[in-house]
Amino acid sequence: MSLVLENLSHEVDGVDFIRDANLTFEAGSFNVLLGRTLAGKTSLMRLMAGLDKPTRGRLIYNGTDVTGQSVQSRNISMIYQQFINYPNLTVYENIASPLRLAKTPESEIDRRVKETASMLQIEPLLKRHPLELSGGQQQRTAMARALVKDSTLVLFDEPLVNLDYKLREELRAELRHLFRERQCIAVYATTEANEALALGGTTTLLHEGKVVQSGPVMDVYRAPVSTLAAQLFSEPPMNMIRGRVSATEVTFDEYSHHALTQGLAKLTPGDYWFGIRPSHIGLVPTSDDDLEMSMEVELSEISGSETFMHVENSHFEMVLQLMGVHSYHTGAPVKVYLPINKLFVFDSDEQLVHTPTQVSGGAA
Amino acid sequence: MAEIQLKSLAHSYSATPAGAEDYAIRQLDHVWEKGGAYALLGPSGCGKSTMLNIISGLLAPSEGDVLFDGRRVNELSPRERNIAQVFQFPVIYDSMTVFDNLAFPLKNNKVPTSQIKARVHEIAEVLEIGDKLYKKAKNLTADEKQKVSMGRGLVREDVSAILFDEPLTVIDPQLKWKLRRKLKQIHEKFDITMVYVTHDQLEASTFADKIAVMYGGQIVQFGTPTELFERPNHTFVGFFIGSPGMNLIPVERRPEGVMFNGVFVPLEAWQNSLLQRVKSDNLKIGIRPEFIEISESQSDDSLEATVLDVEDLGTYKIVTVEVGGQTLKVRQSEDFRSDVGAGVHLLFPKQWLMLYVDEFLIKEQQ
Amino acid sequence: MAKIPNNRAWWLVLPVFLLVAFSALVPLMTVVNYSVQDIFGPGQAYYVGTEWFKEVLTNERLQDSLLRQFLFSGAVLMIQIPLGIGIALMMPKSGMKASLVLILLAIPLLIPWNVVGTIWQIFGRGDIGLFGWALNSMGFDYNYTGDTVDAWFTVLLMDVWHWTPLVALLCYSGLRAIPEAFYQAAEIDRASKWAVFRYIQLPRLKNVLIIAVLLRFMDSFMIYTEPFVLTGGGPGSSTTFLSQTLTTMAIGQFDLGRAAAFSLIYFLIVLLISWLFFTAITHADKEK
Repeated sequence: MSLVLENLSHEVDGVDFIRDANLTFEAGSFNVLLGRTLAGKTSLMRLMAGLDKPTRGRLIYNGTDVTGQSVQSRNISMIYQQFINYPNLTVYENIASPLRLAKTPESEIDRRVKETASMLQIEPLLKRHPLELSGGQQQRTAMARALVKDSTLVLFDEPLVNLDYKLREELRAELRHLFRERQCIAVYATTEANEALALGGTTTLLHEGKVVQSGPVMDVYRAPVSTLAAQLFSEPPMNMIRGRVSATEVTFDEYSHHALTQGLAKLTPGDYWFGIRPSHIGLVPTSDDDLEMSMEVELSEISGSETFMHVENSHFEMVLQLMGVHSYHTGAPVKVYLPINKLFVFDSDEQLVHTPTQVSGGAA
Repeated sequence: MAEIQLKSLAHSYSATPAGAEDYAIRQLDHVWEKGGAYALLGPSGCGKSTMLNIISGLLAPSEGDVLFDGRRVNELSPRERNIAQVFQFPVIYDSMTVFDNLAFPLKNNKVPTSQIKARVHEIAEVLEIGDKLYKKAKNLTADEKQKVSMGRGLVREDVSAILFDEPLTVIDPQLKWKLRRKLKQIHEKFDITMVYVTHDQLEASTFADKIAVMYGGQIVQFGTPTELFERPNHTFVGFFIGSPGMNLIPVERRPEGVMFNGVFVPLEAWQNSLLQRVKSDNLKIGIRPEFIEISESQSDDSLEATVLDVEDLGTYKIVTVEVGGQTLKVRQSEDFRSDVGAGVHLLFPKQWLMLYVDEFLIKEQQ
Repeated sequence: MAKIPNNRAWWLVLPVFLLVAFSALVPLMTVVNYSVQDIFGPGQAYYVGTEWFKEVLTNERLQDSLLRQFLFSGAVLMIQIPLGIGIALMMPKSGMKASLVLILLAIPLLIPWNVVGTIWQIFGRGDIGLFGWALNSMGFDYNYTGDTVDAWFTVLLMDVWHWTPLVALLCYSGLRAIPEAFYQAAEIDRASKWAVFRYIQLPRLKNVLIIAVLLRFMDSFMIYTEPFVLTGGGPGSSTTFLSQTLTTMAIGQFDLGRAAAFSLIYFLIVLLISWLFFTAITHADKEK
């Protein structure tokens, strides 16, 4: 079982919503579409569901062309940002509704509703009405309704956006488990890189209607094909520094010099972009080889257990992701250290030419 | 600018509250000092918006007093309290230009025109909307609108405090941090008492010097972001702050320490001596995922655990382990490797092991 | 595999299409047809081109009633819109009182138009009508059947009584849609009552006001039943409005061609003015 998108394009009034998408989704896979607002995530899902008809290209399900087939004739569920339930039906009837439409026998309905409800931990709420529930419970009900009917394709359109972060953590973890044993194709759209990482599976980066990169989540994360992919799949965005490699050394922004160590020696002389993840820059050196820079703190944002420190000097502007709580006043001077072995290198066309060395061994 | 004091404050939306559950705010004493940047953090329904409306005067508390610089203001309206408030959704006067929006509170206060002009320009510069002053406010983007609503609070030089009610809800994620930085700068520049209500730990800790965490109608901890992280005063703070939150394990009292499902955890001497003095059996230990150590080799203090799951989050890994029937989360660096089902040895460093009695932290100085 | 475009959905539009055709287009075309012919009887019709239009446009009787019509509609708008807003502002916001006021306001709207005319015809009589009798006993020489000013006053008062509630209800719903935060922000900004009205309520009532003005304009411009029942267009022709003139022409004198030309012009005037109102109001706040 698979769903193949072949050169799929969608255009409305001359505006490209999706351009030449070529993707394959396997049964039993969990696929995350990652992109900023208006990147085309919803458009792509609507095409996959058959809610919109593509301008060009084909949609092939199990070898059969299903382009332009209506949603009703295919077995699809969709879950939205807004908690969409029938307000006048109980939670039980909400979950049962797709089964009733499919004329499922009563005993079967009862069994499946209860099973799905217990899976999503809303069994005690079955007799209540959606509007009496909290946001998280409402979204669980909507999810139960989507999952009860054994769809072949389940589409999630940023389902956790309207929940607070504690609930998000909880539901995210549950979703991962829920789909492990299912044989359907799950597609999940999000704007947050961290959510994509937490959900795992396959990640597809979308930008302005185009697929930037697609593959197993860690492959995409560890080897982003371009600066764009690196920026999209890093929260906060990956720091990018311009640099020139000569025969003997690398010069960052015509200001900071460093020897060609840690695999940089294989770069042919020329202009490059050097990328480094916010979590890899430190306030203490990791080795003698680190690039040291004097910066000023612009803002330190603390997220409970982590600190995002925005620093700058006349040449560079960077974000650091530090573990623990680090309070600094705006304007405070700090020294930051960039480990050379953690640098991503992109050529002047912004394509990846070098990835940092990975620690080897162990299970993924 | 004013110091805001809440004295034995309680509020119920019901006219005849039957019990504690009818109260949105329960018996609360608190002081917001002059010129501080504060956050009021809590999940939805914890009573934080109720508290904000009581401070601003949009709501009269059913019990207790609100004092501004020692003066009781319970009966005073927001306009008499000189409070400015920024709401969740930008409130702007659609038909006016940005300039007129900002000038509006000053005009209402009969400030001379020349002074209005200077002040509005000053504030617009700070908020970086100087070039939009003569645009109609309704044509602005959401973040610009929210800046205008903030600006209306800032233009008034006599303002005693500015209250923010989840002001970044409708702002695009990419712009959120810019606005947070702006707020921080504004506080540093104008030195006004500011109270920021949110359910987002990142927003709260970025903006505020001190955070009040609200839970079940009470402030369960008032402290710096560091204190909330390192010494959560209440199990809820431990759970709510940090992702994932603190590991909390119900335990039983033993000499020299505590026990759960046959697993013995030693405690510091002072913790033990305090533990023997309390009566309650509602005991929990708490330790943050960041502070648990995983070691290759066994030692005297190490606990035997099984790896259930390793979640790779790119910059770090969250390892789920099982020990004595309890599931714990451990945060490890991105270089950590382990197989599911493998046995590991856990270490709970004593300085990071918290003891909770009736959900509240046992502190050394007690 | 060839794709089969599914066009069955178009059939679903058919009922609407037929409905529009029968309710608007077909009758309108009939009128157009009549307006260019002189009809003496069945089978006796002669093509006369734009003759009727020329005549109608120069007919003094029609010009007079057109002027009266504008005066009347203008007065209706000037009174009912501010009054309706005022009532809406004073209405209680919620609870039993609000429901009670809503019901009371809705009552005039539920009365059939000819009954409204009849009610006021009796109400305004000097001998048995409460209103007329009261005015007379207070020393006013009030007689709506004999005096032009009194007749106008009564027709206007009747229309205000009948239709202001509609404006008030529309405004009330508009006011209720304003989020509480706006009032709180205004309170915090120390805005006066007037400033709250001018900068919060009025701008946010704009959309319902457009509807209210359009509805009241069109309705009042086409008013027929109530003044016909109340004054019969008199005294003289002082309260004879356009539609009454038209009816007299078409039914009373069986002047079908002229009446058809007239109704087309009438229709165009309503359309033109409604459009003018609409664009004027919607363009007023668009930024250059």
